[in-house]
Amino acid sequence: MTESRQVYLDNNATCKVSPAVVEAMLPFFSELYGNPSSMHSFGGGVAEHVTQAREKVAALLNVSPEEIIFTSCGTESDNHAIRGTLEANPEKKRIVTTKVEHPAVLNVFRFLAKRKGYHVVELGVNKQGDLDLDELRDALTPDTALLSVMAANNETGTLFPIDEIGAIAREKGVIFHSDAVQAAGKIPLDLKKIPVDLLSISGHKLHTPKGIGALYIRKGTRISPFMIGGHQEHGRRAGTENVPYIIAFGKACEEAMNGIYEENNQVRQLRDKLESGLMSQIPHSYINGNPRWRLPNTTNIGFEYIEGEAILLHLSAAGIAASSGSACTSGSLEPSHVLMAMEVPFTYAHGSVRFSLSRFNTEEEIDYTLATVPPIIQRLRDMSPFYDPKK
Amino acid sequence: MWDYTKSVMDHFSNPRNVGKIEDADGVGEVGSLACGDALKLYLKINRETGKIEDARFQTFGCASAIASASALTELIKGMPLEEAEKVTNDDIARFLGGLPEQKMHCSVMGREALEAALANYRGIKVEEHADAQVICKCFWVDEHKLREVITENKLKTVEEVTHYTKAGGGCGGCVPDIKRILADINGPDSKPETEEKPRMTNLQRIKLVTETIEKKIAPMLRQDGGDIELIDVDGYDIYVRLRGACAGCPGAKATLQNIVAETLRREVDSNINIIEASK
Repeated sequence: MTESRQVYLDNNATCKVSPAVVEAMLPFFSELYGNPSSMHSFGGGVAEHVTQAREKVAALLNVSPEEIIFTSCGTESDNHAIRGTLEANPEKKRIVTTKVEHPAVLNVFRFLAKRKGYHVVELGVNKQGDLDLDELRDALTPDTALLSVMAANNETGTLFPIDEIGAIAREKGVIFHSDAVQAAGKIPLDLKKIPVDLLSISGHKLHTPKGIGALYIRKGTRISPFMIGGHQEHGRRAGTENVPYIIAFGKACEEAMNGIYEENNQVRQLRDKLESGLMSQIPHSYINGNPRWRLPNTTNIGFEYIEGEAILLHLSAAGIAASSGSACTSGSLEPSHVLMAMEVPFTYAHGSVRFSLSRFNTEEEIDYTLATVPPIIQRLRDMSPFYDPKK
Repeated sequence: MWDYTKSVMDHFSNPRNVGKIEDADGVGEVGSLACGDALKLYLKINRETGKIEDARFQTFGCASAIASASALTELIKGMPLEEAEKVTNDDIARFLGGLPEQKMHCSVMGREALEAALANYRGIKVEEHADAQVICKCFWVDEHKLREVITENKLKTVEEVTHYTKAGGGCGGCVPDIKRILADINGPDSKPETEEKPRMTNLQRIKLVTETIEKKIAPMLRQDGGDIELIDVDGYDIYVRLRGACAGCPGAKATLQNIVAETLRREVDSNINIIEASK
């Protein structure tokens, strides 16, 4: 084992900053320091670059640049979408989401239930993590203010049919928000075809540094500003623009758009190789999520009779970075809310590991991972009181 | 990432004494797959000298669970039985240079397994404290264990109790019970007061039940994405249905009995009966 080897397979948590992105943003830390709002050439020159970046972000989603506002992160985008919508539509008191949302959505909904008296409906999923669209349709009553359903689940990669869901929401007259933080750049998102009113994306899942996000607001959507102050972002998100990161986000979206074919082929092939290799070498292992309707970069595998944190620490010692839905890794005492909602059996819920790839992973890294993981699983199983090698 | 000591990482990476003892004199098994950690401890005991000659373990759990089990076996090998009986969870944690607060339950599990193995050696039926009430239904922790761990480790808050025993870390339905036990052990300062309520008419009772469910119980459940619906009131029998997250929660029964029943008994009448309405 080469001690210095590092294989990063935790790209749904955050990913490597693209060298081209770094290069694009660097001048904005030094000579291009103007404030885009200023009435002089220092600002004007910078404003021009911000406009171009906005156009690139808009292009990734096939929307107009005026429909994009920059935020500080995906969580801000989600908070803005949800709370801004409710503030602008105060007469309705019912909001609908799913049990498997990211905490940036789920905990906002729960906060609204607890502190603001909203009636919250959390839709369940089946064992593959899929929603029942009939149940969703029934949940959208006339007094429903907002529906929020993620585009892709961060833990399992399972995709939700946001085009169909959006159509149902539109038919019912309910504003539809989607957290597309994991989906953007990994699968094509053409918002001319997907009837979504609000959509959150985040830069650092697309190879920018952390600290930049965006919210798509379809023209005509009623929403209150989240940050109040100056006139930036057409008054919808006050605060001096984070110019270097906006430039980074523009570049990253451009790269994602150009690379989406690659993402769906090269990355998918590596993911499939990793997944099928692990599944064939390691008995008593199960794929969590819907294997046919999933992000191309993600696999979540449950290894029976062992615990995720122990797997991760052994992997880390071998230079491999992954993540787990086990209770122990999160500091909570129960496995991830996503796996619980899917009713993943306890025999492998605690031993679930997510491997998430990016275009920076190589075949050689996958080969190394395939050689490294099975002995670690075996070692932990050998000390588990529940593992019977004869079974 | 957890801030594990070098010793924890060492015992995790190179655990000592892993495996079974086929002709063990005492075996103790605690925890379960559902709870997320489990430990099976095997002891070889020399009846002449009264010493633990060998100790081995199998474990399902995180790094600190593996390290705690490894540390426990190192600690007790060669130890006279009467000394082993006095080993506390704190001894295990100290052997490892400390454990993160949230992981103290791993050391408690080690001690419990030791207790169970010693009882098994003595031929005592595995200690089901038959009379002890199960307080935390998510992690199946009974009052006897709670009292023992709270007293030994001088625990003061519900959070600490959760770190050491996991109790209260699931649906949260048993938090009022944990508070009661804490108050009972640590003094009357925070004891929940119980006062006699005046007798009321049926109509008054129905009104108060409805109000209590709407204003006090439902908001609590909604915090966790759940909800409750009042179906019927028949004398002191209250029929309700859990909705949302509560409906599928493994601790739903506990929620009904702890949160719903306790609140209604406190606010309305101590004779209230909660019945889950069938669908």
